[in-house]
Amino acid sequence: METNLCVAGFGGQGVMTLGKFLAEATCDSTDKNVTFFPSYGAEQRGGTANCFVVISDEMVGAPLGDVMDDLIVMNEPSLDRFIGTLKEGGTLFVNSSIVKGEITRKDAKVVSAPVTELALELGNAKVLNVIMLGIYIGYTEVVSLEVVWGTIEHKLGKKPKLLPLNKEAFEKGLAIGRSQR
Amino acid sequence: MARVFMKGCEAIAEAAVRAGCRFFAGYPITPQNEIPEYFARRMPEVGGIFVQGESEVASINMVYGAGSTGTRSMTSSSSCGISLKSEGISYCASARIPMVFANISRGGPGVGSIHPAQQDYLQATKASGNGGFEMLVFAPSTVQEAIDMTYNAFEYAQRDRNPVLILCDGVIGTMMEPVKLPEMKTDEEVAAFKEGNKEWACIGHGKDVKRSWIEPGHWRGQEDANIEAAAMYETWDKDVQVEEYLVEDAQIVIAAYGISARVAKSAIDILRKEGIKVGLIRPITVHPFPYHSFEKLDYSRVKAILDVEMSIPAQLIYDVKLGVNNRCPIETCLRSGGQIMSRDAVLDAVRKLNEK
Repeated sequence: METNLCVAGFGGQGVMTLGKFLAEATCDSTDKNVTFFPSYGAEQRGGTANCFVVISDEMVGAPLGDVMDDLIVMNEPSLDRFIGTLKEGGTLFVNSSIVKGEITRKDAKVVSAPVTELALELGNAKVLNVIMLGIYIGYTEVVSLEVVWGTIEHKLGKKPKLLPLNKEAFEKGLAIGRSQR
Repeated sequence: MARVFMKGCEAIAEAAVRAGCRFFAGYPITPQNEIPEYFARRMPEVGGIFVQGESEVASINMVYGAGSTGTRSMTSSSSCGISLKSEGISYCASARIPMVFANISRGGPGVGSIHPAQQDYLQATKASGNGGFEMLVFAPSTVQEAIDMTYNAFEYAQRDRNPVLILCDGVIGTMMEPVKLPEMKTDEEVAAFKEGNKEWACIGHGKDVKRSWIEPGHWRGQEDANIEAAAMYETWDKDVQVEEYLVEDAQIVIAAYGISARVAKSAIDILRKEGIKVGLIRPITVHPFPYHSFEKLDYSRVKAILDVEMSIPAQLIYDVKLGVNNRCPIETCLRSGGQIMSRDAVLDAVRKLNEK
């Protein structure tokens, strides 16, 4: 059993962090093999950024697969670029604040939420990735939510002030993910 | 020991520290920046030295100097940066300085692209500088292997008094996966490594000890130095490492190293379920090359070799050809310039070969 996930968006949307949190949580809490592979241009902000997470019972071959089981898109160009890689009947997670175009793939399960606006409502646009991670975990339960939260908590260890905001963002995402299951 | 989730570059740096590396000099270049970044943080914790040189040339020559004192030393770069270092690498090889360097390779030639590639094979295995010197060259295909190879590289470097190269593509360098880290060498062990080099190292001996010096050129007899080095290279047959995967009954044998081999291996598992008899020969040391694995194949059974690598034109293929020696056709499955080998590409190439 192997799950391929691609997370794609603008640089600065926390795409890498989202993938890394998920992959690290899998490493910490399971015996499964997991890889995280980033791909981005020379820019620190802006430009396109995407990462691939593969979770598998077997040895992971390619750390970026040709066909994605799940696809998270945070902006319009990412949808256009990666929608073709989503497997038949795969799940598409969409940031509907930015992605306004029609989803042409009728076979795909679509989980959508305006995560940019939801993050702004929480008072910080930067947590959109944590909301999206919450949605992904709430919907797929690929890793237990406690472990994912534990990883976020650990990673934010040096900035404890940010924990309540991130907790709120993660829980908001979880609720949305579960409700769309 | 529990597994930890690490990026290839950081894992290489940590493995080096654990092996007793106490000097690192480097200069930034994507996709290996996490190596100097990690050393910058880690070296002060273990009493080691990190220097960000003003250039690649300065960095390799600092390693040349640090290595000359018998301190376990390392540098790293990527492709075009390695080319800049090649003068210093050749000097280290000439002066028989033990040191380890990593090439987290990217697209080329020239400045190329910042994305992963395997386009430095011939440079790495045949001529990393002028003068015809040789090095042990290890090519990891997992982050764990990158760790183990780096850790052991310092032992080989010290044993041979010669540079050792970790030829690591940008995929392995930038990806993260769970790994187990080797034991940290104690301060006493690290001191003993340096002590072990005392016979030749330039560390300021007392009057009662034979004077040491480092010879980048062998004024007393260059040919003698070449003969001595060549004799040492000749001992490396025992150090050849190779993985042979499902080769016993294979009719198609894939030749690949590094990330391409890893992708190919996962393709093989799928193809075997389709009934296609395909296997893999993966050089782990790309120099010395495991020619024997290709020489011993039963060519009444093997109908083709598929060379899979991220380089156009193909480079690994030259060594494969030497091993195969015209006994069966060699086809290629290639990507280049920063495009990563896909499993689908390997699947297609093998299926087409199988239909022939």
